Amino acid sequence: MNVRIPSPLRSYTSGSAQTQAEGATVAEVLADLDRKYPGIKFRVIDEQDRIRQHIKFFVNTETVESLQHPIGQSDTLHIICALSGG
Amino acid sequence: MARKTTASKTKTKKTVDKEPAKKKAAPAKTTKKPPLASKAKSKAKPAAKAAAKKVVAKKVVAKKVAAKKVTPKKVTKPVKSATTKANGKAKSKANTKAKAPAKTAAKKPSPATTKAASKSGVKVKPLTLMIATRKGAFYLRSDATRDSWKISKPEFLGHIVYHMVSDPRGSKVVVMGSKTGHLGPTVMRSTDNGATWTEATRPPAFTKHEWEEKGRAVENVFWIAPGHESEPGVWYAGTSPPGLFRSEDDGDTWHSVTGFNEHHMYGQWIASGGATPGGQMVHSIRIDPRDPNHMYLAISVGGVFESHDKGHDWHPLNKGCQSEWLPDPDVEYGHDPHCFIFHPLNPDRLYQQNHCGIYKMERSEGVWERIGDNMPKAVGDIGFPIVAHPEDPDCVWVFPMDGTTVWPRTSPEGKPCTYISRNGGKTWKKQSKGLPESDAYFTVKRQAMTCDHRKPLGLYFGTSGGEVWGSADEGESWQCLVRYLPEIYSVTVLED
Repeated sequence: MNVRIPSPLRSYTSGSAQTQAEGATVAEVLADLDRKYPGIKFRVIDEQDRIRQHIKFFVNTETVESLQHPIGQSDTLHIICALSGG
Repeated sequence: MARKTTASKTKTKKTVDKEPAKKKAAPAKTTKKPPLASKAKSKAKPAAKAAAKKVVAKKVVAKKVAAKKVTPKKVTKPVKSATTKANGKAKSKANTKAKAPAKTAAKKPSPATTKAASKSGVKVKPLTLMIATRKGAFYLRSDATRDSWKISKPEFLGHIVYHMVSDPRGSKVVVMGSKTGHLGPTVMRSTDNGATWTEATRPPAFTKHEWEEKGRAVENVFWIAPGHESEPGVWYAGTSPPGLFRSEDDGDTWHSVTGFNEHHMYGQWIASGGATPGGQMVHSIRIDPRDPNHMYLAISVGGVFESHDKGHDWHPLNKGCQSEWLPDPDVEYGHDPHCFIFHPLNPDRLYQQNHCGIYKMERSEGVWERIGDNMPKAVGDIGFPIVAHPEDPDCVWVFPMDGTTVWPRTSPEGKPCTYISRNGGKTWKKQSKGLPESDAYFTVKRQAMTCDHRKPLGLYFGTSGGEVWGSADEGESWQCLVRYLPEIYSVTVLED
């Protein structure tokens, strides 16, 4: 499926705003993403497997609350650097 | 975080043992450093330096690091400095600037390159200061007299850089703790004195325990410290929430020091403080130059802690130190050291700038003595940094801040100055020549004050307002080296 990459993470993807990854859940997609772009997962998921405070995930337009959120081949995973202040 | 700032594609991966091998105590020694321009490199133990070697393999020429006998050497008199020797006109300029309100002074044209108000003519090796800020890192380079300074373009613009430390053991490794506003914390590392950078393959992270309902996660890599001279490639990191991490490959992979992070008293050591304004964190990690097994760290809020077995076990070292805000100020732990140091020539002479004053300890006595009581009462003895003269265990500098009422943490009465003691804290002398005489409300953070090892000694500090000030005469007179940087978190010397 497609994965949309926010600008703070594009240093990992050589500037690409979009990439492809595989997996049946958000956790699996992120693991696959980390294989392709080592280190990228730790910037958005902490060592306790929690989504970092200022990061949000959406599958298409649906908010992701759990990394076990299912995801399909035709879906798009959006990684969002959430605005949390002015 | 940029993966790399140059075209270099080198990325190192390496596995190291989590438990460091115990080593016999090494004799005290310090590192003799090669000149900046030389091609000299560290003596590079193969296992520990493999990562660095990969990056600069073709350039590296193995070189023995000469051991220097550690013998306390007392400096009896401040060396006449560059600025002190300056002519009257130059001094007058500095004073005029200082008398003006800060806003007026800021109108002086010096956005990037600053030419000192004084001309010393005293030649020393050019010097590079590494400036870590809330919005990136900078290099501030001097000429051969330290009269003229030039600021670099930013490195990692927009990234929060807490600490940036170069290797005193003779390599060209620089390690940086950083993060961004949105992304998690990480470590960046350079093996060529900051020319190129790569991200750590495995940044500091707490261990995940299935039994823990809410496990700890590193939020900030706040403090970076090189390991012992006998352990090239070893580095330590202190984090928020309080954590200690060790790397044996020049900062590429980091492992939890479980002796501290999983210590049976850990929860109690850090429970007493709660979140300080900057968050509770481990800082001031210091390795005894005589013994790689002997180390210290400080926790804000938590206290000073000591280990004699390379971090496998720890005990509090706070006797005599007061926690004035607690019902019982004489607690065993829960104190708030802002900055802890020992003297490199006499590592049994300890100092700390604490939330509740300036303290000194002779390690053999094991009791902190409040030497800040000898500061002027109107100024007090609160601050963040404390810096030791590298050749005189009795000589330290502090940068007082206002710790009254609601704790503004700015210079008392808007009059920034350093205070120096040349007799181990018995007496203190104000140093403010060249600094604003009024209306200057900035803070100097605990990593943001340092000295070089040149003769005469240079002293430097960076402010929350983005200015770097320098003194080429041990603090007797000051000049602003650069303005308009972001909030400064640390100022360190690039070892050469």
